[in-house]
Amino acid sequence: MTSVLYGWLVLVIVALSLVMVYRVAIAKTVFDRLLAAGAMGTSAIALLAVTGFLFERPDMFVDLALGYALLNFVGTVAVGKYLERNPSSGEEDEA
Amino acid sequence: MSIFGTVLIVVGLFFTAFSALGLLRLPDFFTRVHAVSKNETLGITLLLLGLIAHEGASLVSLKLALIAVFVFIANPVGAHVLTRAALRSGLMPWTRETKPATESRGGEAD
Repeated sequence: MTSVLYGWLVLVIVALSLVMVYRVAIAKTVFDRLLAAGAMGTSAIALLAVTGFLFERPDMFVDLALGYALLNFVGTVAVGKYLERNPSSGEEDEA
Repeated sequence: MSIFGTVLIVVGLFFTAFSALGLLRLPDFFTRVHAVSKNETLGITLLLLGLIAHEGASLVSLKLALIAVFVFIANPVGAHVLTRAALRSGLMPWTRETKPATESRGGEAD
């Protein structure tokens, strides 16, 4: 019964991540892209944890989720601080 | 305990779904940060707490709790860094009178 729950959880989280990928694709500014990509990374942490429970190997996938959480945070902060110091580099020139 | 965990997971998914809805529907960057950072943080924290309730006391539960605590601290910090960078690089908030220039040429309806 719980494996059915985890299967549906994986499907719903993947659907929400696809919404965020669409948001990254249609964003007008680089900050919008970063925000949607960060939200997608946060969903990916949940997806990794749930996948571990679905395949009954949570001990491996939880470590992957922990590492992904650290990388997601560091990536967002690094690009955010870079754009804060070089404001002109964040401007996009596209329709 | 299992039913309690399932309820927590479903509530967490509810919050995550509303963060995706806000990302699609809200008019500019600052309102989208408002929708996404809070809802996503609470959603993933509740989801991880629900997984802990399913698992019981073990090393996996300890690591899940570590992820939950880290995300609960790091996600608002990341959103704050991003918002401050956007404001300092000249992105103006949306108001009733002034539409931002970055939104006026898209396919979105007014």
